[in-house]
Amino acid sequence: MMISKEAVITNELGLHARSAAQIAKLAARARHGVWLVKGEERAAASSIIDLIALECPRGTKIAVIIDNPSDREVLDAISELIENGFGE
Amino acid sequence: MSDKTTQEIVLNGINASPGICIGKAYLVDKEGVDVISRYAIPKAQVANELKRFKAAVKKSRDELRAIIENMPEDFRQQINILETQEVLIKDKLLYGKTITVIEQERVNAEWALKKVVSQLKSIFQEMADPYLKERASDVVNLADRIMRNLVGAKQINIGQIDKRVILVAGDLSPAETSQIRLEKIKGFITDKGGKASHTGIIARTLEIPAVVATGEATATIKNDDLIILDGVAGTVIIQPSERTLVKYEKRRMRYERQKAAINRRSRLPAETLDGQSVKVLGNIELPEEVVAVINYGGDGIGLYRTEFQYMRRPRFPDEDELYDKYSDVVQVMAPKPVTIRTLDINGDKAIAAENGFNEANPALGLRGIRYCLQRPEIFRTQLRAILRAAVFGQVRIMFPMVATQREVVQAKEAVKKAAGSLAQEGVPFGEEFEIGVLIEIPSAVIMADAIAEEADFFSIGTNDLIQYTLAIDRTNKNVAHLFRPLDPAILRMLKRITDIAHQKNIKVFICGEMASYPIHVPILLGLGMDEMSMNPQAIPTIKQMIRSIKISDTKPLVEEALKLRSAEKVFALLRDTYGDILSEFNRTDNGAGNVIEEKAKGKGARRKA
Repeated sequence: MMISKEAVITNELGLHARSAAQIAKLAARARHGVWLVKGEERAAASSIIDLIALECPRGTKIAVIIDNPSDREVLDAISELIENGFGE
Repeated sequence: MSDKTTQEIVLNGINASPGICIGKAYLVDKEGVDVISRYAIPKAQVANELKRFKAAVKKSRDELRAIIENMPEDFRQQINILETQEVLIKDKLLYGKTITVIEQERVNAEWALKKVVSQLKSIFQEMADPYLKERASDVVNLADRIMRNLVGAKQINIGQIDKRVILVAGDLSPAETSQIRLEKIKGFITDKGGKASHTGIIARTLEIPAVVATGEATATIKNDDLIILDGVAGTVIIQPSERTLVKYEKRRMRYERQKAAINRRSRLPAETLDGQSVKVLGNIELPEEVVAVINYGGDGIGLYRTEFQYMRRPRFPDEDELYDKYSDVVQVMAPKPVTIRTLDINGDKAIAAENGFNEANPALGLRGIRYCLQRPEIFRTQLRAILRAAVFGQVRIMFPMVATQREVVQAKEAVKKAAGSLAQEGVPFGEEFEIGVLIEIPSAVIMADAIAEEADFFSIGTNDLIQYTLAIDRTNKNVAHLFRPLDPAILRMLKRITDIAHQKNIKVFICGEMASYPIHVPILLGLGMDEMSMNPQAIPTIKQMIRSIKISDTKPLVEEALKLRSAEKVFALLRDTYGDILSEFNRTDNGAGNVIEEKAKGKGARRKA
């Protein structure tokens, strides 16, 4: 069963390569699929390129989704990272 | 070429290396990575193609890691970018997709990568956010790195061509030239550059004809175009007619014959008509070039540029590796001298460049002895290697980019320490070596008397000395024609250096490009140069020039030249005095005769009265 958690991109530069890389690093720990969803589009959280292509400037509302509850920890870590503005 | 109604196109440039060749064009694109072509991979070879791609990715990753590890903490911003690339490299939209394309379409890895990257580029292109759009460059940079390793690993593109080609490029950096398999190259044509640019130096060293500063070669020439490259006249003819081809084929053969005739006499010593013998040495960049120096009758190595071992690699070479290279050269050349210039890292010849180490003005930046004194461990490694190689012959250590006496004192201190450490470890090293200074910065000329107190010899590096004295970037086409060795300011500098060397009783050599033109020989002899060093290919011509003149005539000539007020007038004086002798060289080596005239050609010659 998938779990979804909403978040807003708050860092000034948006979801760029460096911030996407941080997400991808966390997503790599997951056993199952991890996704970032913006409106109708979704991107694999494990792919920096996919994340950049999702185009999320500051203020974008997104949802982090995990395909399997066992990856809950990853979900929380990613949400926290986004909420904290990637420590920028 | 699609059209059948072919029309000859003639491009004019600077004749950077003499010779004539006829062949097919091969374009190198802006990034220095060869134009990528697509070809099918047989099913059985797909696994191998995948392996090739993965190896290139791994190599790129290793390179990034090494660069990151070598980078000081202050470059945090740079490190961030590189660390992102490091993660990015295995991204499924780049790595995974390229693999899928190779597997499904059965195409070469280069093509697959190129395809994936251009798709990504178009995705990024559509993005509205300018900052995020800009980030696409990270992906592109990374893809370029992988591509370089892919192409370099197998050198598939150049290796693919079984015929030798004429290379056409915007400009070639030393790192790029080091990637090229030179035996496949008949000639060089570049848009930019000047006579003393890196392409020109490499071309002359390897005796490959070259025309540089054509301005528009890459825009005009297409891959596989038939072209004639006339490195004597400095012209390029694209899609020549049958008649032109025949004419140039004859010219080419005549040129080769004349060159052979001069070369046959090259082993004989160079003695002036009045019996003064002059040593003529060779400049080298690769250890392999020692053979050329010997073949052309060189009396030693007057300049061994040592940057090559530091280029296009993630790490600095270790002592043993350097020792191997140096001892090769010293052994082959012994008992003749080998002058080793210590690391002259600068903007385009360096690992630093790959480290993202950017300076707004590298010619005035951290390079040469300045760099070595700041990085004692790197300097020490090289010095130890040189000292160990000195066991095998006559070694001279030469410091580049010296601006002050203090730098020489410090560098000598470093040599002493390196020797001390070898002695302590019981490693054998040569104790008989000379230490000299490459005079190439105006302040070193002004302080030559002080610097002479610390040196066994001076060697004048005219390329940089002219650049710094006249404030001319010789690779800048707009001002390259003002790069004049015969400028009175340069003559006065040479005079000062040679006078001081004689007074202080140390030897004085010249190792700049200036020494490779016969027309300069009377001036250099008149100034009392003990040795002249040049690209190996110029040695026979210079020796013949020396044999054609009397040293007793050259001293008054120098006195007279020093009274003149312009490079044109000095040139005219030399032409009037030695025109007959020089005309013999002009046929075989255009670079010989009229340095000023050629440079002014195509730039709208301005002659002052």
